[in-house]
Amino acid sequence: MPEEPLDTFPRLLLHHAKVRPQHPATREKDLGIWQTWNWAQVADEVRALACGLASLGFRRGDNLAIIGDNRPRLYWSMCAAQALGGVAVPMYQDAVAQELSFVLLDAGIRHAIVEDQEQVDKLLEMRDQCPQLAHIFYDDPRGLRHYSQPGLQSLDAAVQAGRDWHARQPSFFTDEIARGRPDDVAVMLYTSGTTGKPKGVCQTHTAFIRAAESGRAFDHLGPEDNILSYLPMAWVGDHLFSYAQAMVVGFTINCPESGDTVMTDMREIGPSYYFAPPRVFENLLTQVMIRMEDASSLKRGVFYYFMNVARRCGAEIIDGKPVRLAERLLYALGNLLVYGPLRNVLGMSRIRVAYTAGAAIGPDLFRFYRSIGVNLKQLYGATETCAAVCLQPDGQIKFDTVGPPAPGVEVKVAGNGEVLVRGSILLKEYYKRPDATAEALDADGYFHTGDAGYFDADGHLKIIDRVKDVGRLAGGALFAPNYIENKLKFSPYIKEAVAFGPGRDRVCAFINIDIGAVGDWAERRNLAYSGYTDLAQKDETYQLVRECVEKANADLAADPMLAQSQVHRFLILHKELDPDDDELTRTRKVRRGLVADKYALLVEAFYSGKTSQFIETQVRFEDGRTGKISADLRIAEARTVNADATRRAA
Amino acid sequence: MTDPRRIGKPILSVEEISLSFGGVSALQGVSFDVREHEVRAIIGPNGAGKSSMLNVINGVYHPQHGTVAFKGRKRRNIDPHEAARQGIARTFQNIALFRGMTVLDNLMTGRNLKMKCNFLQQALYWGAAQREELEHRAKVETVIDFLEIQHIRKTPVGRLPYGLQKRVELARALAAEPELLLLDEPMAGMNLEEKQDMSRFILDVNDQLGTTIVLIEHDMSVVMDLSDRVVVLDYGRKIADGTPDEVRDNKDVIDAYLGVAH
Repeated sequence: MPEEPLDTFPRLLLHHAKVRPQHPATREKDLGIWQTWNWAQVADEVRALACGLASLGFRRGDNLAIIGDNRPRLYWSMCAAQALGGVAVPMYQDAVAQELSFVLLDAGIRHAIVEDQEQVDKLLEMRDQCPQLAHIFYDDPRGLRHYSQPGLQSLDAAVQAGRDWHARQPSFFTDEIARGRPDDVAVMLYTSGTTGKPKGVCQTHTAFIRAAESGRAFDHLGPEDNILSYLPMAWVGDHLFSYAQAMVVGFTINCPESGDTVMTDMREIGPSYYFAPPRVFENLLTQVMIRMEDASSLKRGVFYYFMNVARRCGAEIIDGKPVRLAERLLYALGNLLVYGPLRNVLGMSRIRVAYTAGAAIGPDLFRFYRSIGVNLKQLYGATETCAAVCLQPDGQIKFDTVGPPAPGVEVKVAGNGEVLVRGSILLKEYYKRPDATAEALDADGYFHTGDAGYFDADGHLKIIDRVKDVGRLAGGALFAPNYIENKLKFSPYIKEAVAFGPGRDRVCAFINIDIGAVGDWAERRNLAYSGYTDLAQKDETYQLVRECVEKANADLAADPMLAQSQVHRFLILHKELDPDDDELTRTRKVRRGLVADKYALLVEAFYSGKTSQFIETQVRFEDGRTGKISADLRIAEARTVNADATRRAA
Repeated sequence: MTDPRRIGKPILSVEEISLSFGGVSALQGVSFDVREHEVRAIIGPNGAGKSSMLNVINGVYHPQHGTVAFKGRKRRNIDPHEAARQGIARTFQNIALFRGMTVLDNLMTGRNLKMKCNFLQQALYWGAAQREELEHRAKVETVIDFLEIQHIRKTPVGRLPYGLQKRVELARALAAEPELLLLDEPMAGMNLEEKQDMSRFILDVNDQLGTTIVLIEHDMSVVMDLSDRVVVLDYGRKIADGTPDEVRDNKDVIDAYLGVAH
């Protein structure tokens, strides 16, 4: 019998169950102990889940909603849906009910597998709006004992029904898998919707398998690798790393005990392969720095001394560039005393390859991890491109580019600066949105990313902003808001920033301080404050932020293209921008237009020269109730660097 | 499956309890009962004798008059140790944990009464002692999971914020698998969010483990939401007893709380 082609995820699952049945496939920490399922067991569980779904009317082409934290059975459910020729639709677990209802209706969801009571409550709440939602399965029965709504049942019950079904029809599961085609849609990931309503991005088995394979060859991944699966399952990054690559390569995914224990779990597992958005790396670094401030003066001295050594030569050593012998020896000593223990505390001792993506990463942050010996790299991609357009190859790392195009992917820059992508990793379509599909995919098969960028001299792609956000100041100079905001956010004290400027004579910005970092800073100065709003309006805080803004201005002045974008005036918002108030997307990107409308009063105040402005804002709390906060916000000036002067000096 | 939340017969009844310290009378002829699986609140102004009542129930104080019957066994004086053995666990108004020990170790102390092996066996950690330790650790882990404190499992209690310490104390009491749980002001000093969390945990304990709960609390909205029946004490006397609604409308209670011109 000829070998089955490994061109769909369920076939890959059966393949691993056959060639490496005893190899760990999934781990989860439960009741304090890591539980392991090998590939044979996972195949068995997926079969039971698939048959259970089939016994309750899930059919080829149906969409299966999956909502919850990273739990093994939720990952397996994706494969179970695919085995039946269905489509997995993972959703953000922290989305509020009405956000979910849009997706549930759009995707025509009849079956949903959810984690726990919290998600069940949300789904039950909107059952009136989504009458087609017939079956809800929950993984964790806690608190659900008294629920008797029709169609609601435990996943255990569905699994049992599946096992009975399989006993009656032993060939059903493999027959269904045999009917699957590689160009079937495997998964639908909803875009976060920075603009307008979310769109379902339909990706085929082929697309994600190709994306995963290119990563495997590129970074020499093997079944012995381990990854920690802790990012939202609805995010393309987690889907690529924790699902597609694990299925293609056959490595082990590890689900943490809870969202709060990720640090500990990471230390226990010691993953060899790691993926995190920049903010995670930033939080880790902030924690390290805060703890070093509290350490004894001897330890602190050693730490700072060797961090200086690492800053001088660490990144060069990991890139394999020539470094003086004395520096090498000093670095080796530092590795023994500081870097090694630090990597150990961070759970990064065994990391061979780490990636970051999803947002710009600060050069200092990026260099920090590389200099202590963590092979951190950047990649570029979007939901529509399986997150695999560009990857940085080992030894060719730059902080401000995302590397050359991945093998098999074509990238070109259009006349208006937009990055266009062609290859097998592209989406099939937006679900039920031929208009949007036609807009994004042109006749030549190029996907229009909406990102503005260019290739540098080495052929590495540099992304500066979204094409639609790039504008012109009144004087005609280029205005790239994300680029400016990222420069601001590279400061540990600034968590979020929103820049304004197109059509105006100069750039102004809203700032959100990082309550952790600024709070700690305030504590060290015996500065009392009662909460975010209070701390944000302190004179000292304004002074601190002014310094950060002026530093960013100096950076911007160095680039002749963007020197006119220096921030002239800023204010610190009285509340944190929040996805619950629709100001950020679930992936924490600023909804620029909405913020501009909501705070139009403040924007006007910027340009009318006022020095303060009163504002009242409605906020939504986690339980869905609303309240109001108001404040009299001060508007401060920041010094700008005369671009012409610097250019002449340089 | 039987429903553990069905309120049954009285599991605890106190009759005509009088307690005084020298000339100061703390409790005067107080009687009430607690039924199986219910949440029973004891409320009253400061100095009304609420904590004294809890101390009588678990044997810290010995009343001069009256009896306490737990699971049908009547007694006047009991050792706290013996009360714990019979299935009564409690938390304290001022947190009483081992501050230098981790959360996990604190919870393991809650299992102490159920450990059968002697000191030597435990020190050698061999055979029965090892099996026993694993068993108890498994039980403690279910409590950790139940109260969602996995992330602080290995953290010394002294480093935790107050609200979490309160939760750890509840966990330690639960680790003893009590039939009757006495909670002395479980929400004192908490902010709104912490109170909501704690209320949910108390209801979960009662609902899913079927534990009978007696709680003292000052926050009236919490009491009214959580409890099935309420006893009101004032100056050591019982002035009302009934459902939250009955108690809320009782004139003596209103007078005791709001004050009345004498």
